[in-house]
Amino acid sequence: MAIRVKSPGLLTTVQDTGRFGEYAIGMPPSGAMDVFSYQVGNYLVGNEDGSAGLEITYFGPELEFTESAVIAVTGAEMPPKINGEEAPTWETLSVEEGDVLSFDYLRNGARSYLAVAGGIDVPVFMHSRSTYTLIGLGGYEGRALQAGDELQLGDARNGDARNGDAQVGKKVDADAIPRYTKETELRVIIGLASYRLTQESMKEFLNVEWTVTPDADRVGYRYRGGELGFVEREQPAGAGSDPANVVDFGYPIGSIQVPGGVEPIVLMNDAVTGGGYATIGTVISADRDRLAQSKTNDKTRFRSIELEEALAARGDRRKTLAEIKDSLA
Amino acid sequence: MSADVETGLPQARYSYGGDEFVFVELAEAMSLKVNFRAMAITNRLKEEGVEGVMDVCPSNASYMVRIDPDVLHPDTLISRLKEIDEEVGDVKGFELRTRVVDVPVMMEDPWTHEALMRFRDRHQDPEATDLEYSARINGYDSKDDFIAALLGSPWLITMIGFVPGLPWCYQLVPPEEQVEVPKYVRPRTFTPERAFGFGGGFAVVYSVQGAGGYQLYGLAPAPVLDVKQRLKDFEDSIVFPKPGDVWNYRGVDREEFDEIRASVEDGSFEYRKKDFTFRADRALEDPHAYNEEILGVLYGD
Repeated sequence: MAIRVKSPGLLTTVQDTGRFGEYAIGMPPSGAMDVFSYQVGNYLVGNEDGSAGLEITYFGPELEFTESAVIAVTGAEMPPKINGEEAPTWETLSVEEGDVLSFDYLRNGARSYLAVAGGIDVPVFMHSRSTYTLIGLGGYEGRALQAGDELQLGDARNGDARNGDAQVGKKVDADAIPRYTKETELRVIIGLASYRLTQESMKEFLNVEWTVTPDADRVGYRYRGGELGFVEREQPAGAGSDPANVVDFGYPIGSIQVPGGVEPIVLMNDAVTGGGYATIGTVISADRDRLAQSKTNDKTRFRSIELEEALAARGDRRKTLAEIKDSLA
Repeated sequence: MSADVETGLPQARYSYGGDEFVFVELAEAMSLKVNFRAMAITNRLKEEGVEGVMDVCPSNASYMVRIDPDVLHPDTLISRLKEIDEEVGDVKGFELRTRVVDVPVMMEDPWTHEALMRFRDRHQDPEATDLEYSARINGYDSKDDFIAALLGSPWLITMIGFVPGLPWCYQLVPPEEQVEVPKYVRPRTFTPERAFGFGGGFAVVYSVQGAGGYQLYGLAPAPVLDVKQRLKDFEDSIVFPKPGDVWNYRGVDREEFDEIRASVEDGSFEYRKKDFTFRADRALEDPHAYNEEILGVLYGD
């Protein structure tokens, strides 16, 4: 054993990059919502890419280390404390047997990530350690952590960074640390069944400042602030009678649907993989990190971009991550 | 949606689902033929094993492909998909090596009845049950006639998803005999696991307990999802249904329901199923005669 959960926080789950390649059976990927922060955590402690860590949502847990370990906290501004003393984020730390890691209140962002040298060792289910709580699979017994849980550490260390000790004290360059604010702009590629929205409604969708509702979790984020309408049509065979309904089809991760016209939903890592609501576009992969750091009552605008800009943003993000990785090696 | 003048087929819509997905809507309306096209195209794509393709997901009248755009540019994939679409054409002669499966279901069971009565305030017709309402709006004289239609002809699995293992089933009957019902006005917050439901033009078996908006008619005693892979039918996958499966929903009484539940509990349950080569032309040309043949394969010796 290496970590004993004294209190679990609001929602703390074991996550890695996700469970890919199973979408066709209806299995969403799960995995870290803010991939950027999660990956940088692994770089800091010297783990192999894809090692499992903890995703900590809104309100942090209290964790006791039962052996010495090398750790890093990235993501939201939710200051970590070791034995009650504030410790830096985006920096590799060492903890001793008996040390307790806790967290101060959330200041900005929504999700923190705890990386531990060696990775959190839970059984691999369908090539991933990520927790998918809806079905109760992956992660620690398929659920969020509870008081009294005991976590083991794995052996997912990079090369000669054994124990991760050589990493202690390394930190991410201040310029490379994301700043989270209460206003987020998310880039989207309009498409899918966007033909179902009237032109005026599409304009409204892109012009309105939307507010994140309390329904904002690993399944999806719901927004309020505008009202959108659908093009009138005779509903096609198989679709059902509501104008928001289509013949059930697949939903991409990041896709946006507007069931009643008043509450756009962006589907995230634990979402349903398909259904019968018209989808109107998709938040690009590079911006889902920032989406995952937005929270209830934060403001969000959606900006329409073309595919090439999305691919460029994806490339930039990959390059930034590679630079950070190099700087910490 | 505009139609191609030469082939009469609707024009497919190709679309990016962000930078990681390509979504193709073959038609806005559901039909057997369009699902055959979705299966033919996605089967061909899977066989080609294109590098950078991560997931190939056929759906009812559409399909979706997840890619790694660092390896495969979405436009490169779309070009290839358009070629495959032309090769597949109107799926004349399309054959599917599949299986035909007996799926027991207890109609009007006490558990889904309890669930649907809890949510009458979210239904189009709070005074009727989901079955009574569905029978009436589909022009059936009685609930029993409606049940007989659902249990009288086999179904094609046209999509898997929503949650792991949930099958969308489209009945192998001519368009004028297809049942169609709306979803609940507001979704329920509870649906029993294994509930047999109907929404739009599709029957489903809910693989897990949870929210849901489909009309509720009954309960299947056997699972479609077995995460622990206890049962023989789940040795290779936690999910039983496969796109292209042909299922026959067979009504069972409480006694048989309980027997099947007991065999699921003790781990001995196995679906009755037969290998079968499904011929699209026959299903389109003379569905009733073909359905008799299909049921003969399933229940004959």
